[in-house]
Amino acid sequence: MPIWLEPFGANYPDLLQKFAIYGIFAIGFNILFGLTGYLSFGHAAFLGIGSYAAVWSFKLLTMNAIPAMFFAVIFAGGLAFIIGFLSLRRSGIYFSILTLAFAQMSYKLAYSVLTPLTNGETGLQLRQTDPRIIDSLFVEAGAGLPSTNLFGLKMSGYPGFYFCAVILIIGFFISMRVFRSPFGLMLKGIKSNQNRMNYTGLNTRPYMLTAFVISGMYAGLAGGLLAITDPLAGAERMQWTASGEVVLMTVLGGVGTLIGPVLGAGLIKYFENIFSAFNAHVLTEMFSFLPDAVVEVLVPIFGLFVGGGWHLTLGLLFVVVIIFLPGGLMEGFNKLFGLLRKSGAQIRGKRTPQDQPGDGG
Amino acid sequence: MSNLVLHLDDVQKNFGGLRALSDVNLAVEEGTTHAIIGPNGAGKSTLLNVCVGRLKPDAGSVTFDGQELTGMLPHEIAQIGVARVFQTPEIFPDMTLLENVMLPAFSRRDGAFKFNALSKLSSQSEIRGEAEHILEDVGLKEQMMLEAGSLSRGDKRRLELGMCLILKPRLLLLDEPTAGMSRHDTNSTIDLLKKIKSRGMTKVIIEHDMHVVFSLADKVSVLARGQIIASGLPEDVREDPKVKEAYLGGTA
Repeated sequence: MPIWLEPFGANYPDLLQKFAIYGIFAIGFNILFGLTGYLSFGHAAFLGIGSYAAVWSFKLLTMNAIPAMFFAVIFAGGLAFIIGFLSLRRSGIYFSILTLAFAQMSYKLAYSVLTPLTNGETGLQLRQTDPRIIDSLFVEAGAGLPSTNLFGLKMSGYPGFYFCAVILIIGFFISMRVFRSPFGLMLKGIKSNQNRMNYTGLNTRPYMLTAFVISGMYAGLAGGLLAITDPLAGAERMQWTASGEVVLMTVLGGVGTLIGPVLGAGLIKYFENIFSAFNAHVLTEMFSFLPDAVVEVLVPIFGLFVGGGWHLTLGLLFVVVIIFLPGGLMEGFNKLFGLLRKSGAQIRGKRTPQDQPGDGG
Repeated sequence: MSNLVLHLDDVQKNFGGLRALSDVNLAVEEGTTHAIIGPNGAGKSTLLNVCVGRLKPDAGSVTFDGQELTGMLPHEIAQIGVARVFQTPEIFPDMTLLENVMLPAFSRRDGAFKFNALSKLSSQSEIRGEAEHILEDVGLKEQMMLEAGSLSRGDKRRLELGMCLILKPRLLLLDEPTAGMSRHDTNSTIDLLKKIKSRGMTKVIIEHDMHVVFSLADKVSVLARGQIIASGLPEDVREDPKVKEAYLGGTA
């Protein structure tokens, strides 16, 4: 199998799960950033709290995925309400910095003061001794750790992916409805001209706060699904790099477009997987058709861009896309379709006069 | 005596040491078109900013239909029926003309905030019909699917006027609605404003163009150095010696 197809190989549902989960994360982020233009740098906090809420649901109530998802969304929505209420007092770069500050505070708290809730550095994990009140009513606890499930269906591997994919489709549908609703129009108005909104009699704050909470809930849902497919939660999910990643995904795919953020999320997770799998050995094999001396030069150079250094490749990709396609991949597709249509029309246009009889005479 | 819609009572506004408005008194009657003229820097735009809540007066009161406006937020003032056309058009540049006009229609129907994410824009046929009608009134219906940012300056002003008209305000404040327009566009705007007048909307117009003022205004007030120096019927104001001195100079 060629290396670029390997992530889709038979035994690799984990990556597919990540495509779907980060797609949900990016769709939600785009409701805030794409529609209102408010750039949050703190969405990782909601991803993190979603994961913690889901794992606690597994520990205290049941291994079923539905309550876990529910609590993930509710807790993320609550945190988003608090952070949004405080951060939306400012706009532009000040808003971004406030959200970043709140997210970093959440991250630090998860590591320190909140250790009883988050289990600090080790991360929150399932234990044999967890109460699991609801589950214990129905079944005797087995010998090993129970696994997450949806009414008996195990939520790891391909079933987990199908579950995430269904949620992704529902999430996408809801976001589409929001984009095409009067509420979405108001959010676009906020991005376009907030002054006019005010003098038109519209109170912009509750609109922005609602958008912020919705996008926080999407992030919480994504965090919950991460825990459902792999039941542990660590504070690193709240770190600013995760917030930055969702910004990259959305911008790379196309801010404010419906499908763009999903594409961006898929692309980044795909490249992360491929490039971090490369190592010097794989590179040497790839270049084996070249003379040894050349290989010895090429391998260290390319080695910088793969494995742990794959962020360098991501950075380059990002720079290229932003410079040549500021509207992201979606702009690229639109341009391409535009060109195809144009050249198609030209071909037809050229043919028409020739088809007319007597034209040359 | 007819009903007063807008009433300014001893309004003062200072910017640092500069007195922009000093003891301005103004009474606008229901259904009339009241023009405010005056030389540059006389405080005309400041006066409108005080009316819509963009600026807070340092002293005095502004009442609209008996309700005190000072201290209210811009969106609250807009909700009770005061709309404003700005000197530089405030539109939604990256939305279509249709969306530009539909958005205020939702504001009028649903109030300052409504979480309406479940209905589709495309199924709001009533609002859409109303928006198309207004766009026809301001002569922009053909371009309704274009982005508003691509319009000429004159068309942007007409669009903004349409966005205010669909709010069906009781009081419309216009800050130089014909500035930068060609003679032809100016005339069509005058016609449009006359048409609105027949609907009984009260208007306050700030204008430099005397042609516009004298073809529209029922009453004219002259603002100079932050004070109303004359107020009355257009013909009377034109003949007032104080006004001639302060504003119209030797040309009138």
